[in-house]
Amino acid sequence: MSDNSKDEHPEQLSDDQIDEQRRKFLLVGSGVLGGIGAICALTPLVSSLMPSAKAQAAGAPVQVDLSNIEPGQQVTIEWRGKPVWIIRRTKEMLAHLNEHNEQLRDPLSVVNQQPDYAKNQYRSINPEFLVLVGICTHLGCSPKYTPTANQIGSQWPGGFYCPCHGSTFDMSGRVFKGVPAPINLEVPPYHFIGETVIVIGEEEGTHG
Amino acid sequence: MGNLVNWINERFPLLSAWKKHASEYYVPKNLNFFYYFGFLSTAVLINQLVTGLWLTMFYTPSASQAFASIEYIMRDVNYGWLLRYMHSTGASALLIVVYLHMFRALLYGSYKKPRELVWLLGMAMFILILAEAFCGYLLPWGQMSYWGAQVITSLLSAIPYVGDNLVTWVQGDYHVSDATLHRFFALHVIGIPLLLTVLVGLHIVALHQVGSNNPEGIEIRKQLNRDGKPLDGIPFHPYYTIKDLFGLTVFLIGFFAVVFFMPDMHGYFLEPTNFIPADPMVTPDLITPVWYMTPFYSILRAIPDKLTGVIAMGSGVMILIFLPWLDKSPVKSMRYKGYLSRLALALMIVCFITLGYLGTVPVTPVKQIVARICTTVYFLYFILMPVYSRMEAHRTVPDRIMK
Amino acid sequence: MRGHRLLASLIILLSATLLDASDVKISQLLPVDIKLTDQPALQRGARVFMNYCSGCHSLRYLRFDRMAIDLGLVTVNGKPDEQLASNLIFTHAQINDPIKINMPPTEARQWFGTVPPDLSLIARVRSPSWLYTYLKSFYPDSSRPFGSNNVLIPDVAMPNVFAPLAEHTQAGGLSEDEFNGILQDVVTFLVYAGEPSKLVRYRMGVFVIVFLSVFLVVIYLLKKSYWRKVLVAGKKHIPL
Repeated sequence: MSDNSKDEHPEQLSDDQIDEQRRKFLLVGSGVLGGIGAICALTPLVSSLMPSAKAQAAGAPVQVDLSNIEPGQQVTIEWRGKPVWIIRRTKEMLAHLNEHNEQLRDPLSVVNQQPDYAKNQYRSINPEFLVLVGICTHLGCSPKYTPTANQIGSQWPGGFYCPCHGSTFDMSGRVFKGVPAPINLEVPPYHFIGETVIVIGEEEGTHG
Repeated sequence: MGNLVNWINERFPLLSAWKKHASEYYVPKNLNFFYYFGFLSTAVLINQLVTGLWLTMFYTPSASQAFASIEYIMRDVNYGWLLRYMHSTGASALLIVVYLHMFRALLYGSYKKPRELVWLLGMAMFILILAEAFCGYLLPWGQMSYWGAQVITSLLSAIPYVGDNLVTWVQGDYHVSDATLHRFFALHVIGIPLLLTVLVGLHIVALHQVGSNNPEGIEIRKQLNRDGKPLDGIPFHPYYTIKDLFGLTVFLIGFFAVVFFMPDMHGYFLEPTNFIPADPMVTPDLITPVWYMTPFYSILRAIPDKLTGVIAMGSGVMILIFLPWLDKSPVKSMRYKGYLSRLALALMIVCFITLGYLGTVPVTPVKQIVARICTTVYFLYFILMPVYSRMEAHRTVPDRIMK
Repeated sequence: MRGHRLLASLIILLSATLLDASDVKISQLLPVDIKLTDQPALQRGARVFMNYCSGCHSLRYLRFDRMAIDLGLVTVNGKPDEQLASNLIFTHAQINDPIKINMPPTEARQWFGTVPPDLSLIARVRSPSWLYTYLKSFYPDSSRPFGSNNVLIPDVAMPNVFAPLAEHTQAGGLSEDEFNGILQDVVTFLVYAGEPSKLVRYRMGVFVIVFLSVFLVVIYLLKKSYWRKVLVAGKKHIPL
């Protein structure tokens, strides 16, 4: 197509070649701009599927008053549609916490199932109050509270038992070996306001 | 990528379809401004499908929750307001481009042989689009939604003997209600869009079978070169793909200017009365359909008798179907038709637009007279066409497109 | 020639219909200046609304926290300022609840004959001018249960809630401009409440239009670079 003109002007680019170059440049340019435009167009589509203000309002942090919980008692509240347990552990429970570490899959809570302030043997801010998301890490059933020693079998130190497939967790929500559940029960973000009130669903200092 | 294409091509007529419908589909080289609107109609339809799909994820189609769910979309859902405005603006934009697309056909005789089927499929789509818009307008469950649906579904009672039962059957209740809302939702989200998508495909296939018309009305397939390609044709791809992309960009600028700066369009695209939740006990002062249906609504109101009015309104839409057989002119394009055809078209367009305006305002004695005159002229354009298109003197159409 | 005359007469008829305007009142509405970018005005308007209106009128589609963020009632990290916001919450609502009223509907019907309408969308149903004129159109009428009536809605059930302010203005405590400013602020707030996205969509629109215009230039040049061949071919009768 451009052969004739090439013979006439060997050093300069032929008109057709200039056209080709220009066209390629414009094609690349429009491709890039079109790509940017496409990403911008996708943004509302993707973002609209994030939790709406309504979902965020429904999932707002929940305040709980701990003063009426008896030692050894479990209280269940709802947060983001999930059951959250608050257990007031007795001194006896706390004393026996580290006697069965070799039976646990993740005694030191290495796997990220808890905020940093709960990365200890108590898996809580205040050892007396344990806060856990009451959903088994196997397939999502809600385990039963079985705090009494020997309640389920002679070696049972106390903790939680999931009736669906038999997973067990100790009094800090740590999963035992040999059960289907792979990881410890989740500790939700929470913090204390004063001595006896906690806010579940929110870290300390995020409030206005 | 080439291997992937080959793999598909061995199992699916990918490359032959590409050649037949794009890279070797020859189109007249003189297509002008009015030829953008077919592609734009498809583009806006896709916009409606995508934004509509997304809105369906957040909308609740029940009488008690519909209105609130739309405010939820407008305020609580991220970018919900943008999706809503793109959909509402898109509805009006679709009718604008479709009307202009149809006008092109009237201007250049694109409905004439051998393109009658293209025209019929297009008319089916036009009627479906009006139905789709009507069903969609009930969904916000505002005052205008409710009462507009109440008025239009009640028109069916004009039909003798079966009218009242027919209305009850359509409404699913003794008045427009939750039942009506549910079925209109089903039609609007699934029923009609599915049909429309199929018809778009058929429409394009039918067009490609006979080839596109052009402003001169010259059949380019009658003058072929040595390779069997039309002398006055150019391949659709890349010439019209890039030209349509340009047209699309211009359109999008206008479209988004409306979406972001005046989505209400001063009450024509989003009517103020519809921001009041539906109240079966209170009728608004003025019930009007959205602007794109007002020409036909005007025809209805112009006729003092209920049944005749309904028949006239329906005929106003249906008579367009018969254009290929009403137009007896030996030439296609207005450029070569005689004085009478041009005058008739001009009068018809002026009357159609006037009727459209009249449909948005209350009736007064003066306006009623004008509406009746315009209705008459509108119908005469069609009814007299076999006469004036045959008797007028026309110019001779050349064989080749001059450039 | 006849055809031209026909066309001309039709266009004259069209103009006649436009001139046959039967709606009056539009010219009677007072003008009002709404600037949604004026955050102090929005804040004042919110305060007026909460104090004078929210006892009877809900804004059920607007949440307190959304209002706080949009009106600039936030702390350093952009979260709603609970202190400030709670000055505007007179019910037991939480900060992310919608703005509802405490008045029971049955009592409301007894006292007013109807439940006071929710005002979330009133600025989209009525124009800002209408709302402003309405608030200024109350006049004393001893035949009405609450002693006042309104020009725009005859025999309206709503009492003249701004009567104390109006009297204060008459007595010289407020200037006429200050009184009008209070009404303008609450109308500005209602325009915001009707469509919070108005605060963002104009700016976003500018970005989109500018981007598309740049794209338009590139696409136009690309189109021309392809179509040059068609024009050249057309002149030289080269088939493509």
